[in-house]
Amino acid sequence: MPARPEERGKSVTIVLFSGDLDKAIAAFVIATAAASMGMKVNIFFTFWGLNAIKKKGGLIKGRNWMQKMLNIVNYGHARKLALSKLNMMGMGPAMLKSMMSEKRVPSLEEFIKTASAMGVKFHPCEMSMTVMGLGKEDFVDECGEVIGAVSYLSIARDSNVNLFI
Amino acid sequence: MEAFAPDKTLDARGLSCPMPSVKTALALEEMHSGQVLLVLTDDPVSRKELPLWAEATGNKLLAIDREDKTIRIFLKKG
Repeated sequence: MPARPEERGKSVTIVLFSGDLDKAIAAFVIATAAASMGMKVNIFFTFWGLNAIKKKGGLIKGRNWMQKMLNIVNYGHARKLALSKLNMMGMGPAMLKSMMSEKRVPSLEEFIKTASAMGVKFHPCEMSMTVMGLGKEDFVDECGEVIGAVSYLSIARDSNVNLFI
Repeated sequence: MEAFAPDKTLDARGLSCPMPSVKTALALEEMHSGQVLLVLTDDPVSRKELPLWAEATGNKLLAIDREDKTIRIFLKKG
């Protein structure tokens, strides 16, 4: 993406810790807008936030019974995330999705594809994956390199905008 | 008001933040420096956002006008 010299090399780094649909969408709105401005964007998905980039299907994941139970209870992917407020057992997300599509706001799945096409990099957190017993194969194809806290910090310390969502 | 003959027109009507900027960026990517892109939008926020976007990305805002509900933004690729 072309950018003015002073914009070139500017970057945004987002930590998506939350697995809530509304917060994930907020992260992707900022990520795609920044990418459109020619900024480099990295999203570090950690803990509950990993649900946003999980592949659909495969209810039972993990090596031991605790991981398996956690992954069943915490089942989710881009099309199956709850709202942080007014979830109303799934009615909230359904209503929000219909309101958003009426206003032609992309769905989280579409946001993931658009962001990836614009060069936004997705990094799942290695430690969360180990704790939850997840592998790289559990994430969507757009997902990039698995990184740890040190790699995240080495990207974040050189970024102009750092967000924790 | 056809002083700026557009090389390409992007119909971003009905879209809201951040899609007008995203679509504009993608449309300009396929164009050559000096070519003119006409963006049509009906989003009042985009009227403010697209000029800021153009400034941040080194593209030139040539003109903005309005026809009924449609805001027409002419951008020259930098």
